[in-house]
Amino acid sequence: MCLGIPGELVGTVEEFTDLAMVDVSGVRRRINMGLLADDDLKPGDWVLVHVGFALSKISESEAKAVMDMLHGIGQAYTDEIDALKESDIS
Amino acid sequence: MRFVDEFRDAETARALAARISARCEPGRRYKFMEVCGGHTHTIYKHGIEDYLPEAVTLVHGPGCPVCVIPMGRVDDAIHIARQPDVIMTSFGDMMRVPGGESTFLDAKAEGADIRMVYSPLDALKIARTHPDRRVVFMAIGFETTAPSTAVTVLRAAEEGIENFSVFCNHVLIIPAIKAILDSPDLRLDGFIGPGHVSTIIGCRPYEFIARDYRQPFVVAGFEPLDILHSVDMLLGQLAEGRGEVENQYARVVPWDGNRIAMEAIGTVMRVRPHFEWRGLGFISHSALGMAEEYAAFDAERIFDIPGTRIADPKACQCGEVLKGVLKPWECKVFGTACTPETPIGTCMVSSEGACAAYYNFGRFSRERVREATRA
Repeated sequence: MCLGIPGELVGTVEEFTDLAMVDVSGVRRRINMGLLADDDLKPGDWVLVHVGFALSKISESEAKAVMDMLHGIGQAYTDEIDALKESDIS
Repeated sequence: MRFVDEFRDAETARALAARISARCEPGRRYKFMEVCGGHTHTIYKHGIEDYLPEAVTLVHGPGCPVCVIPMGRVDDAIHIARQPDVIMTSFGDMMRVPGGESTFLDAKAEGADIRMVYSPLDALKIARTHPDRRVVFMAIGFETTAPSTAVTVLRAAEEGIENFSVFCNHVLIIPAIKAILDSPDLRLDGFIGPGHVSTIIGCRPYEFIARDYRQPFVVAGFEPLDILHSVDMLLGQLAEGRGEVENQYARVVPWDGNRIAMEAIGTVMRVRPHFEWRGLGFISHSALGMAEEYAAFDAERIFDIPGTRIADPKACQCGEVLKGVLKPWECKVFGTACTPETPIGTCMVSSEGACAAYYNFGRFSRERVREATRA
């Protein structure tokens, strides 16, 4: 749960204004964007995702670098993605 | 130096390693603490210490939130989980953390309804779909995670969900750092500051370290290059006689943190007078509890909780590891009685824990040193 994982904003969620559809390593889930309400986020932007919440906006190159690092850490990252797959927040 | 090729930018890594060596004053030794478990992971995974001169030692701090949960709080959570109408929810990391007698996994096997969730919002969803059950979220984590719990409670209040509560174990990084600075066991020369926590609290809360303790503090990213760069910045400050807060991770961490997240924490939670940390004992004003206004969502007010206190196991030296006094492999039970499969201490349970990180990557690192020496 300690990890911050890069995700790409891919769409909005009609019924909930504080949620957005985010693609994290190919897993698309609803993520809460409320903590970044001050940022002007749009599809194509990258964010660091932590326990279902976007923590900060990051650049695409930063996202790629973090992703490379996470792929290298093994089990902890696999566990995090497995947990995310079970997530269905609203 | 052949292994710097694994780094994203081998040239920069070589240049940094050379500059770090050049910055060390002859005869002087430097000890820097990385506070965050994520940094510990990077350091062991990439064998960062192999690229540093002998004069520079990195020691590991208390920045793994799973590792600092005392056994008594685990027992209290299991006590709540055993109430017949309760569904206890928790991050997966907590499942194997030993309490006094058992773990969440043991309690689940014995019939308690304990479920892993990815997000506190998933726990809230379980509460929505099980109105006849009381759903409790075992909240752990530093300021990185506390806003997620706070926003979830605000959502529960908005929706009028009455069967959801939080067993709040959120801890604060600043009092932990201060406890280490005030500890007579350890003399440090500076800090590699946590990245994700700082996205929330910003860099200003660390200014007392520079002001009152005259130590450099560099908020750092998680890549191997970030760690090398931060060590270089720390040595640069020391060489120039400076002790300041610097932000190496400015590409992600805003100097002022996240206003919305801090407001959510401030609305829903209050700083506790004191809180017990595994291995570190009671630290004043070091954790968050639920605010009076949100008592309806506070598991500690809703349930009759025993308030169990259990001394850390004698054999386990997690406390010394968490304070950076011992390296993981210097603990008496490391790798023998205590392994990731059968952990005695929390530092071996969480993948962010210093012991688990060293157990998983340390031997790999030693192998690499041997290879590098041959090369």
